Amino acid sequence: MERTIYLDNNATTMIAPEVLDAMLPFLKERYGNPSSMHSFGGSVARDVAQARMNVASFIGAEFDYEIVFTGTGTESDNMAIMGSLAYYRDKRHIITTRVEHPAIISLCKKLEKDGYRVTYVPVDCDGILDLELLKSSVDDDTAVVSVMFANNETGVINPVNEIGVFLKERGIPFHVDAVQAAGKVPIDVNMIQCDLLTISGHKFHAPKGIGALYVRRGTRMRPILYGGHQEKGRRPGTENVPGIIGMGKAAELAMKHLPEYATRVSALRDRLESGILAMFKNSHLNGDKKRRVPNTTNVGFEYIEGEAILLYLDQQGIAASSGSACSSGSLEPSHVLRAMGVPFTSAHGSIRFSLSRFTKDADVDHVLAVMPEVVNRLLEISPYWDSEKQEGRPINL
Amino acid sequence: MWDYTDKVKQLYTNPRNVGKIEDANAVAEVGSIVCGDALKLYLKIDDKHIIQDAKFETFGCGSAIASSSALTEMIIGRTVEEVEKITNKDIADYLGGLPEEKMHCSVMGNEALEKALAHWRGEKVTDHVDNEGEIICQCFGVTENLIRNVIRENNLKTVEDVTNYTKAGGACGTCIPKIEDILHEMAGEVHKAETTKAEKKPLTNIKRMQLVEETIANVIRPMLQKDGGDIELIDIDGKDVHVGLRGHCVNCMVSDVTLKNTVEAKLREFVEEGITVHEVKS
Repeated sequence: MERTIYLDNNATTMIAPEVLDAMLPFLKERYGNPSSMHSFGGSVARDVAQARMNVASFIGAEFDYEIVFTGTGTESDNMAIMGSLAYYRDKRHIITTRVEHPAIISLCKKLEKDGYRVTYVPVDCDGILDLELLKSSVDDDTAVVSVMFANNETGVINPVNEIGVFLKERGIPFHVDAVQAAGKVPIDVNMIQCDLLTISGHKFHAPKGIGALYVRRGTRMRPILYGGHQEKGRRPGTENVPGIIGMGKAAELAMKHLPEYATRVSALRDRLESGILAMFKNSHLNGDKKRRVPNTTNVGFEYIEGEAILLYLDQQGIAASSGSACSSGSLEPSHVLRAMGVPFTSAHGSIRFSLSRFTKDADVDHVLAVMPEVVNRLLEISPYWDSEKQEGRPINL
Repeated sequence: MWDYTDKVKQLYTNPRNVGKIEDANAVAEVGSIVCGDALKLYLKIDDKHIIQDAKFETFGCGSAIASSSALTEMIIGRTVEEVEKITNKDIADYLGGLPEEKMHCSVMGNEALEKALAHWRGEKVTDHVDNEGEIICQCFGVTENLIRNVIRENNLKTVEDVTNYTKAGGACGTCIPKIEDILHEMAGEVHKAETTKAEKKPLTNIKRMQLVEETIANVIRPMLQKDGGDIELIDIDGKDVHVGLRGHCVNCMVSDVTLKNTVEAKLREFVEEGITVHEVKS
């Protein structure tokens, strides 16, 4: 197979070459433990500190110690919620949304079993959050509010600034899962006025296995892991030094490339999206066209199934993703699309393309060139499509 | 990504016998677009009962397309009497196996074949030929008979197996207890819950103690153990039950909630209203 055309950057990204170069010494000769008293280890601590500063300025944090390095975005999400609950023990209400990542939803489902009350704020058919309902759900019992910055499947951006202002006035801890926003749109914790914010390295060209949680100075929480003094005891365990160095470098690069997302990547995404939508009358866009990150498009196809589309694309060297039931290993289509009320008839046929700064014009050209073959072949096989009339058949549900 | 065999890959890439037969004398449609997969099967059977031609149209994932193609390849040129014996397992075997989670695709093929043959015989084609009986899974419209057939033919043991093969229980999960009942029954066990629901007449002390012990052992302990916790029965004094929480429950920040919402609620449900649970700290 020729080079893979990788359009699944919301799942993970390639490690930027500069990131790998920055990391390599720490995987080879500079393997010291930053906590050690000798200079062999101690010198590593200085590089870790520099990486922490890079990550802090990436998200607009005022102090470097507001950055806690973790293992993954999931861990940061869990730490934000469980750490807050462990401090505010008498509060038993959590507010989140119906379209969060499983790192939040699964945790909240578990907490419900433990007796917590969880409000899952709905979204409309474009994936836009019901802000008024979120506001009216807040009460004296609310321990923490957790809202994603941008949705992983549709790229739709939530009004986190507005939520932040509202919660700040009421003194309620606010966690933002910014995993899918980092590197794509500017993030500024002081603009959002959030107390906690999660990012994950491998979504912006750092390696897998490194996440971070921003914890605003003065935010009350307790650790969920116990051990050594690392990360000021908030996340004990010997630091993943190569990962931290990689994330620091990736954060520095991401800041530099943000304008490129707003311009070139965004235009490329739009070209791909409008090309596909113009090509197939059985296709439509999932999610709000304006309020979303510049790299993501989620297109629903009627009459054909998502996993089959992915398999056919895969044979053309194209890597994308689907919200269909089959490809996820569950039997129901994506909870995000269902929360948006996307009918089952097209939720099963939804494909997500997510670009990065490494996506080229030629990549999009290739996808647009092979799409007709892929989609038309599956339409031919489908019992719901009349190939002669080139239209859908009535569907008996 | 699914670990599909080369045969499966070959057949979803280049499926054979796609399309319809205008003068088919046996037609069946199973599944639905809502469920995520659907198959329409067309057969042409001659007067010697030989299947002269078979074609299909499928909405679904790679393995659904491959299973449909496999089915048509397996039956063309053979007699009705021969193909009647085909099971979903035969379809899966023809494909060199399917991932467990995808076995329902082979079941869909088998279901379509049975339904098409019933149509050919002139039997009244209801929604689920050979699948009458109570609909167990409302989400995917799976009947008791289909579940029983699949359990029998594939020697299934767990609810997870049944979900992989029929999808039943894969969405809201409401029907899982019913599937468990069918599995128990078919395993030759007459499954009767050890603990019956709260009895109305007043319990004797002996009976109450017995029920409390049974409920803790069969209902509550398994629930707590799932989260790494455990429970010890310390004393029963009238309707006051004294227990000690063990394992993860000891340091769990919501152990008081567990005590009320799980332990007490279950004892009230299965033993007697009015039971109060007290925690004895060790």
